[in-house]
Amino acid sequence: MSTIRCDIVSAEAEIFHGEAVMVVATGELGELGITPRHAPLITRLKPGHIDVVLEGGERQQFYVSGGILEVQPQVVTVLADTAARAADLDEAAAQRAKKEAEDALANRTDAEDIAQAQAKLAQALAQLQALERMRKNLKH
Amino acid sequence: MAGGREIKSKIKSTQNMRKVTRALEMVSASKIRKAQDLMKASRPYARAMRKVVAHVAHASTDFNHPFLTEREDVARVGYIVVTTDRGLCGGLNSNLFRRLLPAIREWQDKGVQVDVVAIGQKAVQFFRRIKGVNLIGSTTHLGERPKIEQLIGVIKVVLDTYSAGGLDRVYLAYNDFVNTMTQRPTIDALIPLPLVAAEMEATEGRTGAEMPNWPVAGLKLEQTHDWDYLYEPDAATVLDHVLNRYVESVVYQAVLENLASEHAARMVAMKSASDNASKVIGELTLSYNKARQAAITQEISEIVGGAAAV
Repeated sequence: MSTIRCDIVSAEAEIFHGEAVMVVATGELGELGITPRHAPLITRLKPGHIDVVLEGGERQQFYVSGGILEVQPQVVTVLADTAARAADLDEAAAQRAKKEAEDALANRTDAEDIAQAQAKLAQALAQLQALERMRKNLKH
Repeated sequence: MAGGREIKSKIKSTQNMRKVTRALEMVSASKIRKAQDLMKASRPYARAMRKVVAHVAHASTDFNHPFLTEREDVARVGYIVVTTDRGLCGGLNSNLFRRLLPAIREWQDKGVQVDVVAIGQKAVQFFRRIKGVNLIGSTTHLGERPKIEQLIGVIKVVLDTYSAGGLDRVYLAYNDFVNTMTQRPTIDALIPLPLVAAEMEATEGRTGAEMPNWPVAGLKLEQTHDWDYLYEPDAATVLDHVLNRYVESVVYQAVLENLASEHAARMVAMKSASDNASKVIGELTLSYNKARQAAITQEISEIVGGAAAV
Protein backbone atom coordinates (compact mmCIF):
# COMPACT_ATOMS: atom_id res chain seq x y z
CA MET A 1 0.00 0.00 0.00
CA SER A 2 1.38 3.41 -0.86
CA THR A 3 1.80 6.00 1.84
CA ILE A 4 1.96 9.76 2.11
CA ARG A 5 4.33 11.67 4.35
CA CYS A 6 2.56 13.60 7.07
CA ASP A 7 4.05 16.47 9.09
CA ILE A 8 2.09 18.11 11.87
CA VAL A 9 3.92 21.09 13.32
CA SER A 10 3.00 24.01 15.53
CA ALA A 11 5.01 27.16 16.09
CA GLU A 12 6.14 25.87 19.47
CA ALA A 13 6.80 22.20 18.77
CA GLU A 14 6.85 19.41 16.24
CA ILE A 15 3.79 17.28 16.92
CA PHE A 16 3.99 14.36 14.49
CA HIS A 17 5.84 13.25 11.45
CA GLY A 18 5.76 9.96 9.67
CA GLU A 19 4.18 7.94 6.88
CA ALA A 20 0.42 7.65 6.73
CA VAL A 21 -2.11 5.83 4.62
CA MET A 22 -4.70 8.50 5.07
CA VAL A 23 -5.02 11.81 6.88
CA VAL A 24 -8.44 13.09 7.90
CA ALA A 25 -8.78 16.76 8.83
CA THR A 26 -11.53 19.29 9.32
CA GLY A 27 -11.13 21.92 6.65
CA GLU A 28 -13.01 25.16 6.53
CA LEU A 29 -15.44 23.78 3.97
CA GLY A 30 -15.80 20.35 5.55
CA GLU A 31 -13.99 17.14 6.33
CA LEU A 32 -11.14 16.12 4.11
CA GLY A 33 -9.64 12.68 3.67
CA ILE A 34 -6.21 12.89 2.13
CA THR A 35 -4.72 9.78 0.55
CA PRO A 36 -1.49 9.47 -1.46
CA ARG A 37 -1.37 11.32 -4.79
CA HIS A 38 -3.97 13.85 -3.75
CA ALA A 39 -4.08 16.99 -5.87
CA PRO A 40 -2.19 19.98 -4.43
CA LEU A 41 -4.53 21.75 -2.07
CA ILE A 42 -4.29 24.40 0.58
CA THR A 43 -7.00 25.22 3.08
CA ARG A 44 -7.60 26.66 6.48
CA LEU A 45 -8.46 24.27 9.28
CA LYS A 46 -11.30 24.55 11.72
CA PRO A 47 -10.69 23.62 15.35
CA GLY A 48 -11.01 19.86 15.48
CA HIS A 49 -9.29 16.52 15.26
CA ILE A 50 -6.75 15.35 12.77
CA ASP A 51 -6.78 11.60 12.32
CA VAL A 52 -3.69 9.99 10.92
CA VAL A 53 -4.21 6.43 9.74
CA LEU A 54 -0.89 4.65 9.84
CA GLU A 55 0.15 1.61 7.88
CA GLY A 56 -1.50 -1.42 9.46
CA GLY A 57 -4.65 0.48 10.32
CA GLU A 58 -3.47 2.09 13.53
CA ARG A 59 -5.00 5.52 14.10
CA GLN A 60 -3.46 8.52 15.80
CA GLN A 61 -5.54 11.50 16.77
CA PHE A 62 -4.40 15.07 17.27
CA TYR A 63 -6.34 18.10 18.28
CA VAL A 64 -5.66 21.41 16.59
CA SER A 65 -7.27 24.74 17.35
CA GLY A 66 -7.03 25.80 13.74
CA GLY A 67 -4.26 26.21 11.24
CA ILE A 68 -3.35 25.55 7.66
CA LEU A 69 -3.41 22.28 5.74
CA GLU A 70 -1.14 22.01 2.74
CA VAL A 71 -1.37 18.98 0.50
CA GLN A 72 1.04 17.90 -2.17
CA PRO A 73 0.94 14.54 -3.92
CA GLN A 74 3.54 13.00 -1.58
CA VAL A 75 3.37 15.25 1.50
CA VAL A 76 0.69 16.56 3.83
CA THR A 77 1.73 19.44 6.06
CA VAL A 78 -0.41 20.66 8.93
CA LEU A 79 0.65 24.03 10.32
CA ALA A 80 -1.26 23.97 13.58
CA ASP A 81 -2.14 27.02 15.63
CA THR A 82 -1.29 26.73 19.28
CA ALA A 83 -3.67 29.40 20.42
CA ALA A 84 -7.41 29.68 20.12
CA ARG A 85 -7.77 32.16 17.31
CA ALA A 86 -10.73 34.16 16.24
CA ALA A 87 -11.01 37.51 14.50
CA ASP A 88 -12.38 39.32 17.56
CA LEU A 89 -9.86 37.67 19.91
CA ASP A 90 -7.06 38.88 17.64
CA GLU A 91 -8.62 42.30 17.47
CA ALA A 92 -8.77 42.47 21.26
CA ALA A 93 -5.10 41.50 21.45
CA ALA A 94 -4.23 44.25 19.00
CA GLN A 95 -6.17 46.79 21.05
CA ARG A 96 -4.31 45.67 24.15
CA ALA A 97 -0.95 46.07 22.46
CA LYS A 98 -1.88 49.58 21.37
CA LYS A 99 -3.13 50.50 24.79
CA GLU A 100 0.00 49.17 26.43
CA ALA A 101 2.07 51.45 24.25
CA GLU A 102 -0.15 54.44 24.98
CA ASP A 103 0.02 53.75 28.70
CA ALA A 104 3.76 53.42 28.53
CA LEU A 105 3.96 56.81 26.86
CA ALA A 106 1.50 58.46 29.22
CA ASN A 107 3.12 57.41 32.49
CA ARG A 108 6.68 58.48 32.77
CA THR A 109 7.51 58.16 36.44
CA ASP A 110 9.29 55.15 37.87
CA ALA A 111 6.80 54.35 40.62
CA GLU A 112 4.04 54.33 38.07
CA ASP A 113 6.22 52.17 35.86
CA ILE A 114 6.35 49.50 38.51
CA ALA A 115 2.63 49.66 39.22
CA GLN A 116 2.05 49.58 35.48
CA ALA A 117 4.29 46.59 35.07
CA GLN A 118 2.55 44.72 37.88
CA ALA A 119 -0.86 45.52 36.46
CA LYS A 120 0.26 44.36 33.05
CA LEU A 121 1.62 41.18 34.53
CA ALA A 122 -1.65 40.47 36.34
CA GLN A 123 -3.56 41.23 33.17
CA ALA A 124 -1.34 38.95 31.12
CA LEU A 125 -1.76 36.12 33.62
CA ALA A 126 -5.52 36.54 33.58
CA GLN A 127 -5.51 36.42 29.79
CA LEU A 128 -3.40 33.32 29.78
CA GLN A 129 -5.73 31.63 32.22
CA ALA A 130 -8.74 32.58 30.16
CA LEU A 131 -7.14 31.21 27.03
CA GLU A 132 -6.14 28.03 28.84
CA ARG A 133 -9.68 27.54 30.06
CA MET A 134 -11.04 28.21 26.62
CA ARG A 135 -8.73 25.66 25.11
CA LYS A 136 -9.74 23.06 27.69
CA ASN A 137 -13.39 23.69 26.93
CA LEU A 138 -12.72 23.26 23.25
CA LYS A 139 -11.04 19.94 23.88
CA HIS A 140 -13.98 18.44 25.76
CA MET B 1 43.02 49.27 63.08
CA ALA B 2 40.18 51.58 61.92
CA GLY B 3 41.24 51.17 58.27
CA GLY B 4 41.33 47.45 58.75
CA ARG B 5 37.72 47.24 59.84
CA GLU B 6 36.55 49.33 56.93
CA ILE B 7 38.42 47.16 54.48
CA LYS B 8 36.97 44.07 56.10
CA SER B 9 33.40 45.28 55.63
CA LYS B 10 34.21 46.10 52.01
CA ILE B 11 35.51 42.59 51.49
CA LYS B 12 32.33 41.22 53.03
CA SER B 13 30.05 43.22 50.76
CA THR B 14 32.08 42.35 47.68
CA GLN B 15 31.81 38.70 48.63
CA ASN B 16 28.05 39.05 48.89
CA MET B 17 27.94 40.69 45.50
CA ARG B 18 29.98 37.87 44.04
CA LYS B 19 27.48 35.39 45.45
CA VAL B 20 24.67 37.18 43.62
CA THR B 21 26.51 37.41 40.30
CA ARG B 22 27.56 33.76 40.56
CA ALA B 23 23.95 32.76 41.15
CA LEU B 24 22.73 34.84 38.20
CA GLU B 25 25.44 33.35 36.04
CA MET B 26 24.40 29.81 36.87
CA VAL B 27 20.70 30.55 36.43
CA SER B 28 21.36 31.98 32.98
CA ALA B 29 23.59 29.06 32.05
CA SER B 30 20.75 26.66 32.65
CA LYS B 31 18.22 28.89 30.92
CA ILE B 32 20.30 29.09 27.74
CA ARG B 33 19.73 25.39 27.22
CA LYS B 34 15.98 25.76 27.57
CA ALA B 35 15.90 28.74 25.23
CA GLN B 36 17.91 26.80 22.68
CA ASP B 37 15.52 23.88 22.96
CA LEU B 38 12.63 26.25 22.29
CA MET B 39 14.44 27.58 19.25
CA LYS B 40 14.97 24.06 18.01
CA ALA B 41 11.35 23.10 18.65
CA SER B 42 10.01 26.01 16.63
CA ARG B 43 12.22 25.33 13.63
CA PRO B 44 10.12 22.62 11.91
CA TYR B 45 7.14 24.96 11.82
CA ALA B 46 9.22 27.80 10.39
CA ARG B 47 10.68 25.46 7.80
CA ALA B 48 7.27 24.13 6.77
CA MET B 49 5.88 27.65 6.75
CA ARG B 50 8.68 28.90 4.55
CA LYS B 51 8.04 26.10 2.09
CA VAL B 52 4.32 26.81 1.93
CA VAL B 53 4.86 30.57 1.54
CA ALA B 54 7.42 30.01 -1.18
CA HIS B 55 4.92 27.82 -3.03
CA VAL B 56 1.97 30.09 -2.48
CA ALA B 57 3.89 33.23 -3.41
CA HIS B 58 4.80 31.78 -6.79
CA ALA B 59 1.64 29.92 -7.52
CA SER B 60 -0.11 31.56 -10.43
CA THR B 61 -2.98 33.44 -8.90
CA ASP B 62 -4.31 36.67 -10.27
CA PHE B 63 -4.82 37.91 -6.74
CA ASN B 64 -2.10 40.25 -5.53
CA HIS B 65 -1.55 40.40 -1.80
CA PRO B 66 -0.18 43.66 -0.31
CA PHE B 67 2.61 41.70 1.44
CA LEU B 68 3.85 40.51 -1.94
CA THR B 69 3.92 43.87 -3.69
CA GLU B 70 6.62 46.40 -3.03
CA ARG B 71 5.48 50.01 -2.84
CA GLU B 72 7.63 52.51 -4.67
CA ASP B 73 7.11 55.58 -2.51
CA VAL B 74 8.12 54.99 1.05
CA ALA B 75 6.41 57.47 3.34
CA ARG B 76 6.34 55.51 6.59
CA VAL B 77 8.36 52.60 7.83
CA GLY B 78 7.77 50.38 10.82
CA TYR B 79 10.22 48.65 13.10
CA ILE B 80 9.40 45.71 15.32
CA VAL B 81 12.05 45.91 18.03
CA VAL B 82 12.68 42.86 20.18
CA THR B 83 14.59 43.43 23.41
CA THR B 84 14.79 41.92 26.87
CA ASP B 85 12.59 42.86 29.80
CA ARG B 86 15.39 43.00 32.30
CA GLY B 87 18.87 44.44 32.35
CA LEU B 88 22.14 42.96 33.64
CA CYS B 89 22.84 41.43 30.27
CA GLY B 90 25.88 43.40 29.18
CA GLY B 91 25.58 45.53 26.08
CA LEU B 92 22.93 43.36 24.46
CA ASN B 93 20.16 45.93 24.23
CA SER B 94 22.37 48.97 23.81
CA ASN B 95 24.20 47.31 20.92
CA LEU B 96 20.88 46.77 19.20
CA PHE B 97 19.79 50.36 19.83
CA ARG B 98 23.14 51.61 18.57
CA ARG B 99 22.53 49.85 15.26
CA LEU B 100 18.90 50.87 15.15
CA LEU B 101 19.22 54.56 15.86
CA PRO B 102 21.29 55.53 12.78
CA ALA B 103 18.86 53.57 10.59
CA ILE B 104 15.92 55.43 12.11
CA ARG B 105 17.67 58.80 11.80
CA GLU B 106 18.45 58.07 8.17
CA TRP B 107 14.76 57.51 7.43
CA GLN B 108 13.84 60.64 9.32
CA ASP B 109 16.38 62.70 7.36
CA LYS B 110 14.63 61.55 4.22
CA GLY B 111 11.36 62.78 5.65
CA VAL B 112 10.06 59.30 6.34
CA GLN B 113 7.91 58.80 9.40
CA VAL B 114 9.10 55.96 11.67
CA ASP B 115 6.68 53.85 13.69
CA VAL B 116 7.92 51.40 16.27
CA VAL B 117 6.41 48.37 17.91
CA ALA B 118 8.23 47.36 21.07
CA ILE B 119 8.54 43.82 22.36
CA GLY B 120 10.21 43.86 25.77
CA GLN B 121 10.41 46.40 28.54
CA LYS B 122 13.80 47.80 27.48
CA ALA B 123 12.50 48.77 24.06
CA VAL B 124 9.48 50.49 25.61
CA GLN B 125 11.73 52.46 27.94
CA PHE B 126 14.11 53.36 25.14
CA PHE B 127 11.56 54.57 22.62
CA ARG B 128 9.72 56.55 25.22
CA ARG B 129 12.78 58.80 25.34
CA ILE B 130 13.39 58.99 21.60
CA LYS B 131 11.79 61.97 19.93
CA GLY B 132 10.03 61.78 16.59
CA VAL B 133 9.41 58.06 16.80
CA ASN B 134 5.86 56.85 17.07
CA LEU B 135 5.31 53.93 19.45
CA ILE B 136 2.23 52.22 18.04
CA GLY B 137 2.17 49.03 20.07
CA SER B 138 4.03 47.15 22.75
CA THR B 139 4.08 43.94 24.69
CA THR B 140 6.26 43.08 27.65
CA HIS B 141 6.93 40.30 30.17
CA LEU B 142 6.93 37.39 27.81
CA GLY B 143 8.61 35.16 30.39
CA GLU B 144 10.85 32.17 29.87
CA ARG B 145 8.52 30.39 27.48
CA PRO B 146 7.16 33.01 25.11
CA LYS B 147 3.89 31.96 23.54
CA ILE B 148 2.85 33.03 20.11
CA GLU B 149 -0.45 34.36 21.45
CA GLN B 150 1.48 36.96 23.44
CA LEU B 151 2.70 38.36 20.14
CA ILE B 152 -0.53 38.24 18.14
CA GLY B 153 -1.61 41.68 19.32
CA VAL B 154 1.49 43.63 18.36
CA ILE B 155 1.86 41.80 15.07
CA LYS B 156 -1.74 42.51 14.17
CA VAL B 157 -1.22 46.20 14.88
CA VAL B 158 1.67 46.25 12.40
CA LEU B 159 0.02 44.14 9.74
CA ASP B 160 -3.25 46.05 9.90
CA THR B 161 -1.41 49.34 9.60
CA TYR B 162 0.59 47.99 6.71
CA SER B 163 -2.44 46.65 4.87
CA ALA B 164 -4.25 49.94 5.37
CA GLY B 165 -1.31 51.76 3.77
CA GLY B 166 -0.09 53.31 7.03
CA LEU B 167 3.28 51.61 6.66
CA ASP B 168 5.22 50.94 3.48
CA ARG B 169 7.97 48.77 4.88
CA VAL B 170 8.40 46.82 8.07
CA TYR B 171 11.71 45.81 9.60
CA LEU B 172 12.44 43.45 12.43
CA ALA B 173 15.24 44.24 14.89
CA TYR B 174 16.50 41.64 17.36
CA ASN B 175 19.64 39.96 18.64
CA ASP B 176 20.59 36.94 16.60
CA PHE B 177 21.95 34.11 18.73
CA VAL B 178 25.17 32.99 17.05
CA ASN B 179 26.66 31.17 20.01
CA THR B 180 27.11 31.72 23.73
CA MET B 181 29.87 34.27 23.21
CA THR B 182 28.40 36.07 20.21
CA GLN B 183 25.03 37.70 19.75
CA ARG B 184 24.59 39.73 16.61
CA PRO B 185 22.29 42.77 16.60
CA THR B 186 20.26 42.26 13.46
CA ILE B 187 17.84 44.36 11.45
CA ASP B 188 15.99 42.38 8.82
CA ALA B 189 13.28 43.36 6.39
CA LEU B 190 9.98 41.68 7.27
CA ILE B 191 7.44 42.83 4.70
CA PRO B 192 6.97 43.22 1.76
CA LEU B 193 8.49 39.88 0.82
CA PRO B 194 10.22 41.00 -2.41
CA LEU B 195 12.19 43.47 -0.29
CA VAL B 196 13.18 40.64 2.03
CA ALA B 197 14.46 38.57 -0.86
CA ALA B 198 16.32 41.57 -2.32
CA GLU B 199 18.02 42.40 0.99
CA MET B 200 18.94 38.76 1.45
CA GLU B 201 20.78 38.78 -1.84
CA ALA B 202 22.33 42.19 -1.22
CA THR B 203 23.88 41.14 2.09
CA GLU B 204 26.84 39.08 1.11
CA GLY B 205 27.80 36.08 3.15
CA ARG B 206 24.34 35.65 4.56
CA THR B 207 23.02 32.81 2.52
CA GLY B 208 20.35 30.36 3.52
CA ALA B 209 22.89 27.72 4.47
CA GLU B 210 24.57 29.99 7.00
CA MET B 211 21.33 31.20 8.48
CA PRO B 212 19.25 28.15 9.21
CA ASN B 213 17.14 30.13 11.65
CA TRP B 214 15.96 32.73 9.25
CA PRO B 215 12.76 31.46 7.69
CA VAL B 216 12.96 33.58 4.58
CA ALA B 217 16.47 32.57 3.59
CA GLY B 218 16.42 30.87 0.26
CA LEU B 219 13.03 32.22 -0.66
CA LYS B 220 13.31 32.96 -4.32
CA LEU B 221 10.42 34.99 -5.54
CA GLU B 222 11.05 34.78 -9.26
CA GLN B 223 10.66 31.01 -9.29
CA THR B 224 7.41 29.92 -10.92
CA HIS B 225 5.28 26.83 -10.93
CA ASP B 226 3.41 25.14 -13.68
CA TRP B 227 0.81 23.94 -11.21
CA ASP B 228 -1.37 25.65 -8.68
CA TYR B 229 -3.10 24.67 -5.48
CA LEU B 230 -6.76 24.04 -5.05
CA TYR B 231 -7.71 26.78 -2.63
CA GLU B 232 -10.43 26.32 -0.07
CA PRO B 233 -12.40 28.53 0.25
CA ASP B 234 -10.54 30.85 -2.19
CA ALA B 235 -7.04 32.04 -2.99
CA ALA B 236 -7.34 35.48 -1.41
CA THR B 237 -8.51 34.19 1.98
CA VAL B 238 -5.96 31.41 2.16
CA LEU B 239 -3.10 33.60 1.00
CA ASP B 240 -3.95 36.24 3.56
CA HIS B 241 -4.12 33.63 6.30
CA VAL B 242 -0.86 31.97 5.30
CA LEU B 243 1.06 35.24 5.06
CA ASN B 244 -0.21 36.43 8.43
CA ARG B 245 0.85 33.19 10.07
CA TYR B 246 4.16 33.41 8.27
CA VAL B 247 4.93 36.85 9.68
CA GLU B 248 3.91 35.65 13.13
CA SER B 249 6.27 32.73 12.91
CA VAL B 250 9.16 34.96 11.81
CA VAL B 251 8.61 37.35 14.70
CA TYR B 252 8.21 34.46 17.11
CA GLN B 253 11.53 33.04 15.98
CA ALA B 254 13.16 36.42 16.49
CA VAL B 255 11.78 36.54 20.03
CA LEU B 256 13.23 33.12 20.76
CA GLU B 257 16.60 34.10 19.27
CA ASN B 258 16.56 37.17 21.44
CA LEU B 259 15.69 35.14 24.52
CA ALA B 260 18.62 32.81 23.98
CA SER B 261 20.83 35.84 23.34
CA GLU B 262 19.62 37.44 26.56
CA HIS B 263 20.62 34.48 28.69
CA ALA B 264 23.93 34.04 26.92
CA ALA B 265 24.76 37.72 27.30
CA ARG B 266 23.73 37.70 30.94
CA MET B 267 25.81 34.64 31.65
CA VAL B 268 28.90 36.20 30.11
CA ALA B 269 28.30 39.55 31.82
CA MET B 270 27.78 37.91 35.18
CA LYS B 271 30.82 35.71 34.74
CA SER B 272 33.04 38.71 34.17
CA ALA B 273 31.36 40.47 37.09
CA SER B 274 32.16 37.50 39.32
CA ASP B 275 35.74 37.46 38.07
CA ASN B 276 36.08 41.16 38.75
CA ALA B 277 34.64 40.70 42.22
CA SER B 278 37.22 38.00 42.90
CA LYS B 279 39.97 40.33 41.75
CA VAL B 280 38.69 43.13 43.96
CA ILE B 281 38.47 40.77 46.92
CA GLY B 282 42.07 39.72 46.32
CA GLU B 283 43.27 43.32 46.25
CA LEU B 284 41.24 44.24 49.33
CA THR B 285 42.55 41.23 51.24
CA LEU B 286 46.08 42.27 50.38
CA SER B 287 45.58 45.82 51.61
CA TYR B 288 43.76 44.51 54.69
CA ASN B 289 46.75 42.33 55.55
CA LYS B 290 49.10 45.23 54.93
CA ALA B 291 47.05 47.48 57.18
CA ARG B 292 47.01 44.83 59.87
CA GLN B 293 50.76 44.32 59.55
CA ALA B 294 51.34 48.06 59.75
CA ALA B 295 49.15 48.30 62.85
CA ILE B 296 51.03 45.48 64.58
CA THR B 297 54.40 46.97 63.67
CA GLN B 298 53.29 50.33 64.97
CA GLU B 299 52.03 48.81 68.20
CA ILE B 300 55.30 46.94 68.78
CA SER B 301 57.39 50.03 68.11
CA GLU B 302 55.18 51.99 70.48
CA ILE B 303 55.66 49.37 73.22
CA VAL B 304 59.38 49.24 72.59
CA GLY B 305 59.57 53.01 72.56
CA GLY B 306 57.51 53.15 75.75
CA ALA B 307 59.75 50.55 77.44
CA ALA B 308 62.89 52.44 76.43
CA ALA B 309 61.47 55.63 77.87
CA VAL B 310 60.91 53.97 81.22
